[in-house]
Amino acid sequence: MSKTTEAAVRGRSLTAADRLRAFKLAFPLTLPVMAGYIFLGITYGILIVTQGLPPYFPAVTAAIVYTGSMEFLLAGILVSSFSPAAAFLTAVMVGARHLFYGISMLSKYRGTGWKKFYLIFTTSDETFAINYSALIPENVDKGWFYFWVSLLDQLYWIAGAALGGLFGSFISFNTRGLDFVMTAMFVTIFMNQWLNDGTGAKGFFKDHISELAGIFASLLCLLIFGADRFIIPAMITILAVLTLLRKKLDIADNIAEEDTK
Amino acid sequence: MTSQQIIITVAAVVAATMLTRFLPYICFPQGKKTPGFITYLGKVLAPAVFGLLVVYCLRNVNLAGGSHGIPEALALIVVIATFVWKRQMLFSMASGTALYMLLVQTVFR
Repeated sequence: MSKTTEAAVRGRSLTAADRLRAFKLAFPLTLPVMAGYIFLGITYGILIVTQGLPPYFPAVTAAIVYTGSMEFLLAGILVSSFSPAAAFLTAVMVGARHLFYGISMLSKYRGTGWKKFYLIFTTSDETFAINYSALIPENVDKGWFYFWVSLLDQLYWIAGAALGGLFGSFISFNTRGLDFVMTAMFVTIFMNQWLNDGTGAKGFFKDHISELAGIFASLLCLLIFGADRFIIPAMITILAVLTLLRKKLDIADNIAEEDTK
Repeated sequence: MTSQQIIITVAAVVAATMLTRFLPYICFPQGKKTPGFITYLGKVLAPAVFGLLVVYCLRNVNLAGGSHGIPEALALIVVIATFVWKRQMLFSMASGTALYMLLVQTVFR
């Protein structure tokens, strides 16, 4: 269904109006990310500069590394002894969740043309969450929608890091607790998913099996492994649970149908 | 570290991050048929990952000490209740965050 729409949109070449329509849909959805990224970016910029690195460094790493949690670790790595292999491994561990994002976005980013490389390169927790859960109307080009969300989010992060690097020491108003905006965003996206899945068609448990697996596997692994190293075990547990449940869920049948379309 | 060592370290981090981002797309390219199992995961992983991200954001909440996670719990209740009520993401995020900031800056300093 969406394939024909796409072809229709692509059939006539996209106009500036098409791109603007995609932008108008994308921009409001990125507002919470703007608040969160600029705040966290400033924090990151300040942290980097207080480690004795140059003021342009935060913005440069924000643009090319562009993965918040790893950049905060990078600040510590850069002031310890030289070990690129350890830095590489740490980044693979921290970035491992991108594997899940990639698998989830495979079909959505399909057919986005030249923008696809950029979309993959700029996949962050927040961009993934928005692009995955967005309901894109048929008259809006999904490739441009994804592109605008990705670009805006990256610009917010770079802007925040640049501000923190250059002017961090002048900021005085009390921003304590502002980082909660990210938590709030993921909670609403989670709730949105939960409410959309709650059709009651297959019963409470089957409807919400993914959400429940995600929450409980993560909580369990958090308790066992602690806050600093629970992500990878949680990912493995989620993967195992969902693999074991595949046969039990009717989803497998639906997919077989859709594949043949 | 010397500036050369810094460049190498940053390059290693960039390479590793790129690897994790591009690997699924390299393994399952557009032209080929994606295995059914991966398509299945593509549908069921994301809701679970949203759960993981929520837990990840709250990973440093200390129930035993400090403010015992009370500001987080109150703000979460507001976010969830307003979202179920209004289904407006921005409204829920703004009210939850405003309450949280108020709590941690005044009551739970």
